[in-house]
Amino acid sequence: MTNFLIVSALILLLAILFLVFRIQTLVSVLKGSYHQRAGYSNKVNAFLFMAFLVFGLIALYWSYTSSTKDFLPESASEHGVITDKLFWITMGIITIAFVVTHVLLFYFAYRYQYSDKRKAEFFPDNTKLEIIWTIIPAVVMAGLVFSGLKIWTDITAPAPENATLVEIKGKQFGWQVRYAGSDGKIGGYDYRLIDATNTFGMDFSDKSNFDDFVPREIRLPKGKPVQFNIRAVDVLHSVFLPHFRQKMDAVPGMMTTFHFVPKYTTEEMRAITGNPKFNYELACTEICGRGHFAMRMIVVVEEEDAYNKWYKEQKSWLSSNPDYIASVPHSMKNLALEKAGLETETSN
Amino acid sequence: MASSAVSTSTAHAHDTHHDEHEHHELSFIRKYVFSEDHKTIGKQFLFTGIFWAIIGGLLSVLFRIQLGFPGADLTFLKPLLGGWITAEGTLDPEFYLAMVTMHGTIMVFFVLTAGLSGTFSNFLIPLQVGARDMASGFMNMLSYWFFFVSSVIMFISLFIKTGPAAGGWVIYPPLSALPQAISGSGLGMTLWLVSMALFIVSSLLGGINYITTVINLRTQGMTFSRLPLTIWAFFLTAVIGLLSFPVLFSAALLLIFDRSFGTSFYLSEIYIGGEALPNMGGSPILFQHLFWFLGHPEVYIVLLPALGITSEIIATNSRKPIFGYKAMVLSMVAIGFLSFIVWAHHMFVTGMNPFLGSVFMLLTLIIAVPSAVKAFNYITTLWKGNIVFTPAMLFSIALVSFFISGGLTGIILGNSALDIQLHDTYFVVAHFHLVMGSASFFGLMAGVYHWFPKMFGRMMDEKLGYIHFWLTFVGVYLVFFPLHYIGIAGFPRRYYSFTSYDAFSSFTDLNMFVSISAIITFSAQFIFLFNFIYSIFRGRLAPANPWRSNTLEWTTPRIPEHGNWPGKIPTVYRWPYDYSKPGAPEDFIPQNVPLSATPESNLENEMEEAQKEQVAAH
Repeated sequence: MTNFLIVSALILLLAILFLVFRIQTLVSVLKGSYHQRAGYSNKVNAFLFMAFLVFGLIALYWSYTSSTKDFLPESASEHGVITDKLFWITMGIITIAFVVTHVLLFYFAYRYQYSDKRKAEFFPDNTKLEIIWTIIPAVVMAGLVFSGLKIWTDITAPAPENATLVEIKGKQFGWQVRYAGSDGKIGGYDYRLIDATNTFGMDFSDKSNFDDFVPREIRLPKGKPVQFNIRAVDVLHSVFLPHFRQKMDAVPGMMTTFHFVPKYTTEEMRAITGNPKFNYELACTEICGRGHFAMRMIVVVEEEDAYNKWYKEQKSWLSSNPDYIASVPHSMKNLALEKAGLETETSN
Repeated sequence: MASSAVSTSTAHAHDTHHDEHEHHELSFIRKYVFSEDHKTIGKQFLFTGIFWAIIGGLLSVLFRIQLGFPGADLTFLKPLLGGWITAEGTLDPEFYLAMVTMHGTIMVFFVLTAGLSGTFSNFLIPLQVGARDMASGFMNMLSYWFFFVSSVIMFISLFIKTGPAAGGWVIYPPLSALPQAISGSGLGMTLWLVSMALFIVSSLLGGINYITTVINLRTQGMTFSRLPLTIWAFFLTAVIGLLSFPVLFSAALLLIFDRSFGTSFYLSEIYIGGEALPNMGGSPILFQHLFWFLGHPEVYIVLLPALGITSEIIATNSRKPIFGYKAMVLSMVAIGFLSFIVWAHHMFVTGMNPFLGSVFMLLTLIIAVPSAVKAFNYITTLWKGNIVFTPAMLFSIALVSFFISGGLTGIILGNSALDIQLHDTYFVVAHFHLVMGSASFFGLMAGVYHWFPKMFGRMMDEKLGYIHFWLTFVGVYLVFFPLHYIGIAGFPRRYYSFTSYDAFSSFTDLNMFVSISAIITFSAQFIFLFNFIYSIFRGRLAPANPWRSNTLEWTTPRIPEHGNWPGKIPTVYRWPYDYSKPGAPEDFIPQNVPLSATPESNLENEMEEAQKEQVAAH
């Protein structure tokens, strides 16, 4: 019954609208307004452009000032401070260009609305004017390009030697990280060795794998360069760390990297943001399937000492999965047991 | 001189051909269905484009409901979406991605490429250059029917059990190559690829025709420097399409091989669904290079026709010559050329060599210069004009506004250092929906309002046009402006919901606001639809030249028959922008009026030409 009522009300409404439209048309025919080149509507439209300009600028100002608190969350990496600055400078320039061009566009539309008494000015070209407004954007662009280029080159330069290595691997739908262990080297892998447990496909004929560990969360030391080695096992993913202003795709079959220096510990960020529950988060930004929106992982940044302590306490992956000792070549078994932190077999 | 001789003789050949057939009426099927007449084909593209625009818009409304009201009970959509609404009344996340994918594909290719270029290139090129029809009417017909078959296949893919393609409109492999990864990559993706392959064939058949017609079939006196800017735009668009679509075709072909024949062009070292695939040595980055080699020029394939249409409409309704005709043409040529060497700015953070990133950043920001010149020239054309606000003019002015506001954020995204943070966030979504989506859509609308009288011999209702315009113009800004804010806050695109992150927990009210605006804006399009259909049958009869315009199409009868002009094709004596010429009695002088007939308004150099004209006539 309600459905029926809604449908009939809708039909009635449409019928009324149609009637209004017909009456309006007939009235204009009678008034002969179709023979005018520009009637009252022309004035209304011209006025509306002006009104749109004024209300638009007010709305822009209001919405902007009330949303800035959520813009570009506090940058927690060193390069992020620099890119944020460039962002706001560029934003300033384009806002000026935006406002100036729109004021002219809508003001001209209003000011030069049709009038019987006037004839438009025949003004087909003006070389000087055109050269000026080719050069101005060219110069501004050049400035922005070169400042951008320098920053980009710095950010993407090879990581310093002493950078902490973290391997991160995306799969549908989650991330896993692997650290180098006490030898400082992340071991080799082969995707054909991946199984439900050995999700990294660690190749145990490479001795660097013996002490690698796979923690549940990402921990990073504050103030020291960190390099992420990024992999994907199934489809494209993308590592996005919004607070660190860092993003890089994870590509199956090709390792990608980025590096940065965390500026604040998680605790410090909690104080800065005034949010006691604040955590650095990692998100996926390359469409990867049904769970794309939920590939969250927490990143913890600590003071260097705390980080070192945590690092030393971690148990190697091999020690928690001793079954895989069997896949270590015979000659390296003892070394594997030793590096993994397991008891060496004395009777052999 | 030689070329004009050729074009006259060809035109003459057409004349005779035309006369032979004049007396026997074509059958209904040959006249309205498998027509070789460019005007009918143009309308066929327009109707199909409008159909797709409704589908594409509806999809966006559906996923905006999910984004604006996450977790809401969507059981009421069950009659429409069936099994894609889960038992709990929520939208299936894979179907969300499928809708996003299909919205992108439909809007970019089916609406703004076929619907815009297909409609207006077909309809206007012969009418504005002064030709009886396209160079090859048969190829032109094939172009539409390939598009039609492609449309049917894409439409069917919306209804299959595993769902349509769902890997994003960019269909990056491996996601698009592996049905194990997402169900849309099964049959849905196969249909997508087949449909797009046919679509490319259609585009190429059309494009070759547009280019040939513009080069060979211009009427006497219609030199390149007298071409209306619309024709320049369609011509350059066709050239860009001809050079870039084959690359998409090859990308799609290699993807088909990877999907069906076990090759490894894009696949390498993949472990999925509990097994390691045998593919080794391929590169997903290769696909991205191939895709964006089309994908970026595609932006201009969509945008240039809209800019051409706008140039024509703004000049006509400002009653002023377009400011800087040469600069407008040169900037379109420059944009067309540069569009081929900026593609990798879509790939700054895909793992591509950072040095390559620097090169592409430099090239990308150069493209801002000709774009800026165009914007300034539009504004200057309005200056000291005598502006008549037809609905087409309103849409054109708004197009300039979108072109500027969307283009400016391109300066941020083209900067690789800034793109790191903003890549694949809503900032990108806001940017391209304004500069490419809305601007081109407004170009399409402007074109329909402006050339409707020539298409159907009747006028559309102006008042409804005004209401449609203001609702849409304000609506588009209310939808897309806030998306910049959401993007600057870091929200990634193609997310089903943001609830699992603290970092993206703000702006829930803004997302709701955007969704409501989107629904209102979409609903406003039905005003247009009513006006369009009603006016085809019941609109006021159109005068011969309702906008007092200079171009040749307005010299044809109210409804041009097959062959366009009943008698001889008019000769062209002047450029198309002689509006408000000092000394002239009227504020426009059509292109077919000889200079010798207007001694009172001729400029100095035109006096000499007028003399030559008279000598030639004697």
